[in-house]
Amino acid sequence: MTRRQTYDGVVLAAPFTAPYTRFSTQSAHWWMAKALRGTLRAAGLRKEQIDGFCASSFSLFPDTAVGLTQHLGLSLRYLDHIPMGGASGIVAMRRAARAVQAGDVDIVACVAADTNQIDSFRKLLGGFSRFASDAAFPYGAGGPNMSFALLTDRYMQDTGATRADFGALCVAQRSNALNVPYAMMKRPLTLDQYLDARMISDPIALFDCVMPCAGGEAFLLMSEDRATALNLPFARIDGLIERHNAHSDDPIQGRGGWTLDIDDLYTMANTDPAGIDLLQTYDDYPVICLMQIEDLGFCAKGAAPDFIRNHDLTITGTFPHNTSGGQLSVGQAGAAGGYIGLVEAIRQVTQTAGPTQVRGARRAMVSGFGMINYDRGICTGAAILSRGDT
Amino acid sequence: MSVLPPPRKSPQQRTTSPTQPPQVRSRAAMALSAAAAEGRFVLQVCPECDSVQYPPRDACVSCLNTNLMWQDVDPSGTLLAQTTVNISVNLYFRERGDWRVGTVHLDAGPSVVCHLHCDCVTRGRVRLINRLDRAGEGVMIALPEGGKATLQSDPQLNALSSDPTHRRVLITDARAPNTPMLAKALLEAGAATVFVGEAESWLPYPTRQALDKVKNVEILPLDVTDTASVQRLAAEIGGKTDILINNARFLRPGGVMARGSTGFASQEMEVNYLGLMRLAQAFGPGMCARTADGVNSAVAWVNLLAVSALSNQPGFGTFSASQAAARSLSQNMRADFRASGLRVMNVYAGPTDDAWQQPVHPPKVAPIALARAIVTGLREGLEDVYCGDVAQDIAQRFRENPGLLEHEVTAGELG
Repeated sequence: MTRRQTYDGVVLAAPFTAPYTRFSTQSAHWWMAKALRGTLRAAGLRKEQIDGFCASSFSLFPDTAVGLTQHLGLSLRYLDHIPMGGASGIVAMRRAARAVQAGDVDIVACVAADTNQIDSFRKLLGGFSRFASDAAFPYGAGGPNMSFALLTDRYMQDTGATRADFGALCVAQRSNALNVPYAMMKRPLTLDQYLDARMISDPIALFDCVMPCAGGEAFLLMSEDRATALNLPFARIDGLIERHNAHSDDPIQGRGGWTLDIDDLYTMANTDPAGIDLLQTYDDYPVICLMQIEDLGFCAKGAAPDFIRNHDLTITGTFPHNTSGGQLSVGQAGAAGGYIGLVEAIRQVTQTAGPTQVRGARRAMVSGFGMINYDRGICTGAAILSRGDT
Repeated sequence: MSVLPPPRKSPQQRTTSPTQPPQVRSRAAMALSAAAAEGRFVLQVCPECDSVQYPPRDACVSCLNTNLMWQDVDPSGTLLAQTTVNISVNLYFRERGDWRVGTVHLDAGPSVVCHLHCDCVTRGRVRLINRLDRAGEGVMIALPEGGKATLQSDPQLNALSSDPTHRRVLITDARAPNTPMLAKALLEAGAATVFVGEAESWLPYPTRQALDKVKNVEILPLDVTDTASVQRLAAEIGGKTDILINNARFLRPGGVMARGSTGFASQEMEVNYLGLMRLAQAFGPGMCARTADGVNSAVAWVNLLAVSALSNQPGFGTFSASQAAARSLSQNMRADFRASGLRVMNVYAGPTDDAWQQPVHPPKVAPIALARAIVTGLREGLEDVYCGDVAQDIAQRFRENPGLLEHEVTAGELG
């Protein structure tokens, strides 16, 4: 395999979150505009000053990023639409970074946003993918709860993980989320509450599930020189991997595509798991967080339950994880769920995270996981970001 | 696990509206539904690299060959994981409460998300079957391997079958030679009552005595050639007919050139085609409204057809035409009944052992064989049943090449 080039000279800046709401009467276009405007304001730019745009959304139909250019009045020389759910942020960053590096574009705004109207979640599930409507949805119509329940059942059989292990992760994330004013979940969560919660699709109970909501996330990609000229705090991309439909012969998913490229990721970033100050995993269900902790090299395969037992995953803990509370506590704003960890990581390494700031955070890992096309997540990616002044 | 008889229904309570499991399928996946209609477990296999595919695809996952073939595949596998869906976004599943689902790794290769029989255990061996759900689409069901598990032995899966237990059945023609046997078989299969339609009650007929001897049979006036008669009976028992078996039939040997009039042909159409339509118009709406009405909800409509409905048999040419018309109408009924989940099951038979087919060579279908095929078909929730060797042979040829079958039959090879 060809050695990847580095991402030197390209940086991430102006992280912005359009505060989430449980339901919204507005459209995805409205949320897109809100998030785009937010990131531009954070950078002190007018929309005429960007020449690249990348969108991710589940609820834009019948539009794509194309419709948004005219709707939002954007004239561009780089336009992308990434329908990869939880991997959208990582993939958006990779493509845009390469385009900036190559000089195809100067500034790319990467935006993920979705609305959540009454009943829109049900409608999304029914037509999520061809394999899902042919071979998953007719079986109990449990949507991702059902799919992840099966993966969780298998993971528990294989590793001896207990519900309390998943609970510990959820409790820690809730504690982090209490610092986030727009989090859907505003009250502390105890392990007992987690364990006593009503079953949704066993072993998945209420607090294993994300709450669908409306919201948006955005950031800008540009050259380091431009960020410096604009006087913006920025994050560097030390390494980045992307992989789709890996391990397709595994009868049931117990690992993701990260395992194929993780060594490459650390080599590019010239670091190792011990050099990571905080981790943002894709957390649509806790089992996937544990899988990522393993596959990203923080512990051996199958050892994540032990790892969770021996670490404090809160902002001030020994292993800060999903510092903004993640989707489990803040909510899943559709495709913005694929950005939440990345936008928070940019804030963390640029020391702009405010109430969720991990002290001395210099290097963050962000991981993405997306799209249960049939029985497993297809898209995976991960990146290591570091603070710009190093 | 046996199903308890239904409590008496209160006329003050609203009858539960029928809901459906998700019905959207790709064209490729609909081939599974077509196989489920006959109770067959099939998967796509690549003829070039032998790779077995699931979910249904348009190209081979191993070699990109776009010419995948559906074929019978070993249904054995291991249950890897399971869950009980407590909260569903779909009304049909919500109404039914906890619903078990699992992931089965087939020995043949793919992993299959499927409905689970209650006796399946994690890491245990299972076999998959492919059956129609109440949306009329094929779904995979795991049963414990080797065991005698049936759809009926699981309360969740029983909803996929059209089991006669506790149900009230209408058989439309008391005079048909097969009626006493059908009535007996349905009652033995657990039916609560068998109503039998009788035309021209003043005319004696040989099967009447036999019918009188069967307990829980009620003989009621019904002439399928008389719209008013059909409507009268529907007004009387339409609200408690759970399974309707149309065995009314008029048959005379001969084709177009056998005689110089259309007299018999029009009687064939009057009974076999228009009779079915009258029944559908009178009984269909009431049955469709009651497909969610508890243990003894309306569940299936059974048409007894001659297999010559598939391809005209010259020795019974005009009769075959009426059977083809009835078959075509049954397809229309399926479309119209679809939203309710009321199943239309066609039971095709070859020549039967009755007076007008006396000169036909065996094998012939005996009433008991027909009765068994109906009961099995209902229990398995099938849509198409081919009863006896002749019907199965013709069906196989029809599936392979309808044009070739026509040539074989009209050339007298199979006539």
